[in-house]
This record gives sequence, structure tokens and C-alpha cells, in this order.
Amino acid sequence: MSTRPRLLSIALLLTCVAALDANAQTEQAPLNDAEKALHVLNRLAYGPRPGDVDAVRHIGVKRYIEQQLNPDSLPMPPELTDKLSALSTYQLTSTQLYQQYGPPSFPPNTATPEEKNMARQRANKDITPQVHAARLWLATESPRQLQEVMTEFWFNHFNVFEGKEWVRYWDGEYEKDVLRPNALGNFRQLLGAVAHHPAMLYYLDNWLSSGVNTPEAKGRFKGLNENYGRELLELHTMGVDSGYTQADVISLARILSGWTIDEKGMKDGAQQPFIFNPRRHDAGDKLFLGQTIKGSGYQEGEQALDILARHPATAHFIAAKLVQYFVSDQPQPALSEKLARRFMSSNGDIKAVLHTLFDSPEFWARSNYQTKFKTPYQYVVSSLRATATPVLNVKPIDGVLNQLGQPLYGWLTPEGYKFSEEAWLNPDALLRRINFVNGLSNGKSPIARAETPPPAPGSAPATPLPNSAATVAVDPQQLIQTLTPTLAPHSLSTVSAAPANLQVGLILGGPDFMKR
Amino acid sequence: MNRRDFIRHLGLSTTGAILIPVGLSGCVVAPASKPQAKAKAAPIAAAVVSDSPLSYGSPLQRAHAAGDGTPRMIVVFLRGAVDGLNVVVPHGDHNYYKARPGIAVSRPGTQNGAIDLTGYFGLHPALQALQPYWDGGQLAFIHASGSPDMSRSHFEAQDYMETGTPGQHNTRDGWMNRMLSVMAPSSSPMQALTLGESVPRILTGRAVVANMPTGRDATRPTLIDRPEVNQTYAALYAQDAALGKSYRDGISARKELMADASSSEQKAANNGAPLPNGLSIDTSRLGRLMRSNPDIRLGFIAVGGWDTHTNQGNGNGQLANRLRPLADGLTTLARELGPAFNDTVIVVMSEFGRTFRENGNGGTDHGHGNAMWLLGGNVRGRSIYGQWPGIDDNALNEGRDLAITTDFRAVLATLAEKHMRIGDPAMQKLFPQYGAGNAHALNFLV
Repeated sequence: MSTRPRLLSIALLLTCVAALDANAQTEQAPLNDAEKALHVLNRLAYGPRPGDVDAVRHIGVKRYIEQQLNPDSLPMPPELTDKLSALSTYQLTSTQLYQQYGPPSFPPNTATPEEKNMARQRANKDITPQVHAARLWLATESPRQLQEVMTEFWFNHFNVFEGKEWVRYWDGEYEKDVLRPNALGNFRQLLGAVAHHPAMLYYLDNWLSSGVNTPEAKGRFKGLNENYGRELLELHTMGVDSGYTQADVISLARILSGWTIDEKGMKDGAQQPFIFNPRRHDAGDKLFLGQTIKGSGYQEGEQALDILARHPATAHFIAAKLVQYFVSDQPQPALSEKLARRFMSSNGDIKAVLHTLFDSPEFWARSNYQTKFKTPYQYVVSSLRATATPVLNVKPIDGVLNQLGQPLYGWLTPEGYKFSEEAWLNPDALLRRINFVNGLSNGKSPIARAETPPPAPGSAPATPLPNSAATVAVDPQQLIQTLTPTLAPHSLSTVSAAPANLQVGLILGGPDFMKR
Repeated sequence: MNRRDFIRHLGLSTTGAILIPVGLSGCVVAPASKPQAKAKAAPIAAAVVSDSPLSYGSPLQRAHAAGDGTPRMIVVFLRGAVDGLNVVVPHGDHNYYKARPGIAVSRPGTQNGAIDLTGYFGLHPALQALQPYWDGGQLAFIHASGSPDMSRSHFEAQDYMETGTPGQHNTRDGWMNRMLSVMAPSSSPMQALTLGESVPRILTGRAVVANMPTGRDATRPTLIDRPEVNQTYAALYAQDAALGKSYRDGISARKELMADASSSEQKAANNGAPLPNGLSIDTSRLGRLMRSNPDIRLGFIAVGGWDTHTNQGNGNGQLANRLRPLADGLTTLARELGPAFNDTVIVVMSEFGRTFRENGNGGTDHGHGNAMWLLGGNVRGRSIYGQWPGIDDNALNEGRDLAITTDFRAVLATLAEKHMRIGDPAMQKLFPQYGAGNAHALNFLV
């Protein structure tokens, strides 16, 4: 702890003047090479795997950051791409999923409750585990770690909830084709791709929204639905209390009326799920954020997205969120301002903004080193990486994320999961984390064992899959080396004095590894 | 749907009439404002059955029952929208039987019929275990209650009920957590206890919440329960201020849970009684913990399986099979609370009610109004509260659901104020869009 003091703990130790002096000195000291390597692996990636700290030190943090900002420069391991290609439903398009996994609750809504239930069960069984596996394999194994980190960041920013009916069918493609390819790209493109994707159109109800008294505003599609318009302003772009009014929300909903899902076309195989339905679009002129938008059909929506992506409030809102994710729970106004300016000057180039962030003194300040409390997802993924535990069964990971309060794709409201210590640090959570990592130490974790399907009636018992039993116990010395310099000297000596069979659990379950 | 405007509209149009719940005491018959329902129904029904006059029951007059003086509250959330019209059955209205030919709970006195409560309302027979509490004046219902938001989405409606801000998507915390933070400060990590794996929306927020695993495995010792293990971790955490406190709080809560488990297993062994099943395992544990530790002021438990779109049954069947263990769980809870039952109000609630009419599959779909249940030593029970809107075609919400005449926050705000003794300024924080100006004192406490 003495090498990584926190302001709070110093304040508590005011009586101990000598210690305060020592801490004050180290607090100013710049990070050394090993600490810098750990820092980028913790912030741009989901923590080090065995050998990663040395590898980053070898090429230097600058080069590591450049590589991460240019993911295409990093080749994907063939085993990983092969595994992903073998996920049959994960490779299907939204239309194919729609056709193959019905019947839906879409109009005319003729499916019986039993049929709907069966469809739901099939989707739970065939689609969801593959979406989860893809996410977890990429998070633990992809060399393009920053792309994965930013994919998760944008998923939370543009959150959809797996449990809302049809979102389950489409959230995999949403992440694969909308979020990941744009994660380090241009914000306007990302925003547009999100706005057209059926997962978002469905989740925030815009597919139902119709201009008042338009010819096809009937039945389920009867009225204007403000849900998406409101969240688009409040959560996706400008942020709450940034100057827009209720009238702007209504204008935006009118502008986007008729942006819907082409469910009829999809039934006939249309590969583009998005459709603009002019017969449900409010054709009048709209006043939006002080500008008149001429009634011009589909183009109005693109125009509104342009305005939002260029709005200074959007730049500031995204900048502050990035600072919270990458630097500190405490606001860093100067850095946020700098990032917002970069966002505007680069027309929303996410890579350029992150470049500025990773160049900033705040990012490298000792006071912001090893201070972010990991979210459950970060904690679980980083412990799998540190112990090189292969993900052969996602069910136990789903289980632990559920227990820790952060199920994958499981936040039901549109603001997504928080990334702050306040949201995640609670007493029971620490004990659950400790119990979880102790299960990783002996190499017998169910995560590292493929599920053997139950034998068909009358057939011989299934033989275990070849890759299911090979993991070995985690060596505490190796783990310490993987994570160095994560552990403070005090922690190291406590761990070394403990019985050997507890050491791995202590390394991963102690306060040092709870933070990044 | 335009939720926020809807709320605003409702707020305006109803401050005078619809939403203000009426606290009813004494024996009450049909309010004069509902004559058209009866007038319309009478000609059709006269020959077949005679409707009973609306009656809300007469609360048992009794003195306040003393406990230890520390108010406690437990919320039992029925996720999936329980069919309130088959829980508290309006058996006095023939419209009920007309709308539900296959799934109505038959009249009191018939086989598997409702347990009569007021002459007009009856209780589902599977809830028989609760009848002594009704008769003893410790069980009450607020009928036609719920959220003013029109959402029929489970997740959205639950979210609104748990944040206590219907129509508002981005409320950060749940109302039970806000309640914790406005109560007298305590250093105990166990002021609120939730049963289940994660902290539910209703309890998320700033204030510390302990959660307790459910089922028989909950108190199976884990690695961290071994003293030599948790002492080693304590040494690791000793030098980290924030995490160290959380760690120590976690261990002390865990020790309390384990101590309770060993003593209760002892007790069970002594009595030679088998452990209760399902929900009762958890509610007995919750009851004992709350009885023995007055620091625990709030409890929460969620029970699922109420989304009865198909074959829900009548006095028997699917819904009955769910209600029976629920009643057992609640009576177990009441019993295990012991003397603290007098300090406790148990609230049973669900995100919305179900359609008035039976659907084509012997079930019911997502509706609107429901009944809230109140159970406690000082609940002014043996009465139905709220204002019954009627169930003839004109009275239904959107022509299909029981209408709502009592905002769920009116019930919760009354409990917060009168039972948990939370003062006016703090009430604003508890239900932000539903301030003290809206406070509707429902007279359901002794």
C-alpha cells in the first residue's frame, strides 16, 4: 500500500507524520516501466495474461497503445477465429434469426402462447449461449483488447436488454456488426448504425412509433412513441440537463416516426431489417434544438443525427464518460474539456479522442494508478486471463456474473451498467468474488470443462470431449509473476506466509487485484 | 407511448377524484358514486344470481400491540404479475363469473370456493393458511392499486415499482435503498437484507445492503467461513480503508447468518421437525434474523412464477399451486418474526394485474390494477382498503383491466410515514415525484 497510497487513506493517517511524508513523496513519483505496462494492460485491456507485462515492457507502452488503437494491425489467432466461425447461430443475420427462430410476437400476433414459449426456449438454448461465448472468448483471448473494452463501453452506452423479447435474437449481431467494427471509429457512424439496428429499434420501441394521424397509424402502431427520442438525447448523445426540452424530445420522435423494422420484408427474406415507412411518418416541419427541419421524410432523421453528433453537449458527455471509464471516478474537468475539444475538432473520431486521453498526464498520474474498482465483469474476465483459464463452458461464468449483479446483456434499463466503485463495492460482493477466485485455483473449475451433453436414451454414456480435462492447478509463483507489480509488498508477504493451497485465492481475492 | 406526459396528465386530472385513495374504516358499503354499475348489471343478473352489495369488511377494533419499538418492513415482490382478481375475488359481482367462465374461483360455500372475507370479496382457497390473520385483524388488502404508468412490460413495470418513479427510466436507486439512507444512521452492515443472489433494483443505491443466498445451500459453509481463511484475508485487507471496511462488514454479516443457521438447525433437530420447503426455508431464516437482530430494518424477497397466460386454473390448478407455498412462506415468516411481528409490516406487491377476462388459453394476459397485501401485528386488518372501481365494462381500464384507484406509492408512503416514522422532508427523497403534497393517509395501521 505504501507505494500506491490513496488520498483517503492518507487523510486517515494524518497523525502518522513520517508515513505521510513517505507517501507524499511516492505519490509524486512517475510510474516506472513495469507499473506503466500494468496500467495499460489494466485500462486498455482486461488485465494481464501470463507474459503480457513483460511483452508490453519489451515493445514499450507507446507502441502497445498504437497497436491497440489500430486493431487491424493485430492478427487474430486462428484458433479464436475458427471457434467463432463454428458458432452456428452467432453467424446468422438478423433476418435469418427472425425466420428460423419464430414465431414472434409481431403483428398479426397469431402465435399461441405455447408457440411463443417454445420459441423463447429455443432462443435461450440456441442463440444466447453462443452470443455469450463469443463475447467471453474475445474478451479473454483477443489480442485486440482495446477493441473489446470499447465494445463493452459502447454496449453499455447504447444498452439493450437481452430479456426484452426480440432483443435476445438480435443483440449478438448488434454487438458483432454495429458496435465492434465502430468501437474505435467515427461516433456519427456508430450512432447511425445503432439507430438502424432492429435490436435498438425494438428495445426502445421506435419500431412502434407513428406520426399522429398518419395513414398507417393503427392498432399497435397507433401513436407517437417518445421512448427512443428521449434516450437518444438523454443517454446516447447530449446527456441529461444539457439544454434540450420536452418539445425537442417530441420533435425528435416525430422526426424518427416511421423508422421501423421491416418484419414483413424479413419474412420474405429481405436482408435489411430496417425500413423507413413514409405512411407512418409525420411529414410536417419540426423545430429541433432551435433549427427548423423541413419535412423531407427519411432524411430528417439523418439530419437530426448529424446535429446531435456535432453538438458540443454530446462531445462533453462522451468525454466525461470516457474519463470515468479510463481514468478516475472523480471528475477531471480539464481532461474532459480537452477530450471534448478533440472530439469536436476530429468530427467524433473515437480513436483520436482516445489517443489524446492516453497521452494525458492525468491518465499516467500515480494518483490514478490502481485506483479503479473493477466491475464484476472486469474482475471475472481479468481473473480468467491471469490464470489462463480456458473458457470451455460459459454457464458457470453466466452464473457468477449473475451472482455478482452484472449478468451479460442483462441490464434492463437503457442507461447500462455503471463503471464506478460506488455501484459495485459492497460487502457481500467482496466475499462472493473471493469464493469465485478460490474455485479457479486448482484447475478443476467447471469453466474449463466443456459441458458433456446428456447421453441419448438407450445409448452409451458420452465420452468426455478431448479438450475438457487438460487444465492444471494454477501455480501461485507464476501468478505473482504474471501480475507483478499488482501486489503491494505488504500483500506479497501476507500471501507468502499463507498455506500454499490458499495463495492463488489470496492473490486474486485480495484488495490489489480488485482494482485496476 | 408517451409515459411522462401520461403521468402528468393523470396527475392533473386526478388530484380531485380518481387517484385519491379513500381510507375506509368501519363497515362500508358501496359508495354512492357507483350506482350505474349495479343498475346496469341488475336486469341481466336478477334471474340468475343476485349480486352482493359491495362491502370492504369491518376492521377488527383493537389496541396497538406492543413490540420492541423498532419498526421493520418486509417487501415480498411477486414477479410476473399475479392475478389479483383471483387472489382477492369479487365473488359478489356476477360480471366476474361472466368474464371468467373457466378460471373464476367459485362462490364461497361451493367446492374449492373462495373463502368469504366481506360478503363481496373473498380469498383464494389456496391462501387458507392466511385466514387466521384476516380473522385476527392482522391482514388487509388494498384492492385496485398499482402503478399509474400504463406499461404492460414486466421489466419496465417492475423497474418503475422498484425505483418508485413510474414513467422515469433513469432513476439510479431503488426506493428501499433511499428509505435506508433517510433512516437513522447505523454502523451495522445488516440494516437491509435481501434474499437472493444479487441486489435487486429496489435495494440498489448508496446505502449498504446485505444479501443472503437462498435455499438449503445458503448456509453451507464456504471457504471464507473458515476462521484461518478469513483472518488471512483480513490481514490482506487491513491496509485498504474502503475495501477493508467492506470486507469486515461482509464477514460480520456472514457470521451472523451462519450462527443463525446452526442454531436453527439445532432447533429443528430438537423438535424432530423436518425443514420447511421452498420459500419457507428462506422466510423462516429471514424472520429469525430480523427477530434476533433489530438492526435489520428492511427485508426483501422476490417470488416468481405468476405470469399465468395459459391454464391458470380456478380454485385448483397452476395459480393455486403457486399461492399455497406463498401463503405457507408468509405464515412462516410471521411466526418466526415472533414478538417482532408487532413491529413489522409485510407488503406483498406485483408489477401489474392481469386482464379481467379469461383469454382463449384458460389464462390471463398483462393487465393493470392489482391488490396489495399487508400483513403485520399492527395492520388494521380484516378490511379491504382503497376504492373499488367496479368491474362492469364501463369501469374497466381500457375496457380490459381492473382500473387503478390507489397509487402504490400512496400505500408505501403511508407505511414510510406512519409505520417507519420517516419525516416530511425525507419523504420527498423517498418518492421524488410524489411529494408530501400528495400524501394520502390510508388508515390501515393500528
